[in-house]
Amino acid sequence: MAGVGRRVRETLPLLPFFTVVLIFLIVPTVTVIVSSVYADGVFSLDRIAALFTGTALTALANSVLLSGATAVLGALLGAVMAWLIVSSPPASMVRRAVLSLCSVLAQFGGVALAFAFLATVGLNGVLTLWVQQAFGWNIAGSGWLYSLSGLILVYTYFQIPLMVIVFIPALEGLRDQWREAAVSLGASTWAYWREVAIPLLTPAFLGSALLLFANAFAAYATAAALVSQGSPILPLLIRASLVSEVVLGQAGFAYALALEMIVVVAVVMLAYNLLVRRSARWLS
Amino acid sequence: MRGAVRAGLWVMFGLFFLFPLYAMADFSTRNLIAGGRTGQAWSNLVTDDALYQSIVVSLLLAVFTVVAMLVLLVPTMIWVRLRAPWAKGLIEFLCLLPLTIPALVIVVGLRNVYLWVTYLLGESALTLTFVYVVVVLPFAYRAIDAALSSIDLQTLSEAARSLGAGWTTTIARVVVPNIWSGILSAAFISIAVVLGEYTIASLSGYETLQVQIVLIGKSDGPTSVAASLATLLFGFVLLLILSLVTRGQRSRRSRGIEPGVTP
Repeated sequence: MAGVGRRVRETLPLLPFFTVVLIFLIVPTVTVIVSSVYADGVFSLDRIAALFTGTALTALANSVLLSGATAVLGALLGAVMAWLIVSSPPASMVRRAVLSLCSVLAQFGGVALAFAFLATVGLNGVLTLWVQQAFGWNIAGSGWLYSLSGLILVYTYFQIPLMVIVFIPALEGLRDQWREAAVSLGASTWAYWREVAIPLLTPAFLGSALLLFANAFAAYATAAALVSQGSPILPLLIRASLVSEVVLGQAGFAYALALEMIVVVAVVMLAYNLLVRRSARWLS
Repeated sequence: MRGAVRAGLWVMFGLFFLFPLYAMADFSTRNLIAGGRTGQAWSNLVTDDALYQSIVVSLLLAVFTVVAMLVLLVPTMIWVRLRAPWAKGLIEFLCLLPLTIPALVIVVGLRNVYLWVTYLLGESALTLTFVYVVVVLPFAYRAIDAALSSIDLQTLSEAARSLGAGWTTTIARVVVPNIWSGILSAAFISIAVVLGEYTIASLSGYETLQVQIVLIGKSDGPTSVAASLATLLFGFVLLLILSLVTRGQRSRRSRGIEPGVTP
């Protein structure tokens, strides 16, 4: 009995934390999962079935395309930029500033990034006006900024910095001794990269790309600020079905869409964790 | 040759990232009617009532969230390390869970919970504090965890306790001063997250800064752009100060700024 008493005393101080997480994280998540298969207390797969109809499938396909394209672009360009940063002097002010800017853009940008591109290539954007004066072209024409291609541009603007932040630790994990060992065995720089560095970095690179995919797939603020009409991607379709319950002819459809988002993000993050574990074997 | 490639790449990335920021500064100071420059959009940040109110609300939310997060997380994490190590895995899992469950999903499932919250506490944007505490958990957890890992918590607390300090004194006067850099990181990052949060606030119908920026953007572009640039600059300065203040205090692997899903 004394054991039980101690266990209770040990657990008691953890209760406030568990309570807040339970109410504001677990309950909403469970609500989403349960409500997507229960309508008015009756089990029904109608809402799930509605995920496989026209609008929802189009939105899902667009979201996958947007996330995939920006994950690939962001991972490739971000890896190059991470390499540039790692090979610059470690404690310099420039490096600190670049890293701070990266984390602001990657994690806290949201709405602001939409307005950054409106001010750049929007109808009255600075670049738009420059190009118009210099060449007479209208680069903001047809409103492409508000469509999928515009979203790809704006998302790339926060995906590259995110890649920089998650990929730099892997690059820093490459030890100088490995290069020295390779060179002393007669390897050229190119051979070192091909035979040693790239194979070591591949799991981390793929893992980071997956994280970028999940990041873009779940991102809402930037798209919501940019696209005020129509719902080309999944997060905006969730907005539409939240704001107007019957817009899709199906009350509570937002739950099923949110479930779809949980499933996709969870699968991607699971794969990410597996790759990170693999990468940590060498680069830690 | 190598140097030229490197310089070329720096210029390319520099242009891509800095030009939109320059464009924001240009756009927000342009006088659309008379031509030339004007500071109207920037002065709107304090003179426009709705915008100013929303800035106050967002700043208050940031303060409340930081305080609630610290009060909730710091004692819990210390306690887990000292007295309840069996729960460490669970706490870590729960703290990192918001990375896998997007804010958008939380807000969809939050309606019933908030019916109760507003019933008990009244209709106020400040009730967002609770859900924001959850949203900042992954960032805060990593910063505090890194700081706790770098000190000998067991010895410190045993020394304090054997000198007669109670648990509250041990935590507040012995442990906390030793993990100051982690607490500062957690606080700064949480402030940046809260000031930039749009998803939950807009879909719950509260007028925070970001929500107001989008609303104003429909009629007054320059003011929205000015406010957006101001938040980006504020976040940048915050994180830059952080990286200078915590210089050398933490090891390479424990930097507070870590991967996460954008709000």
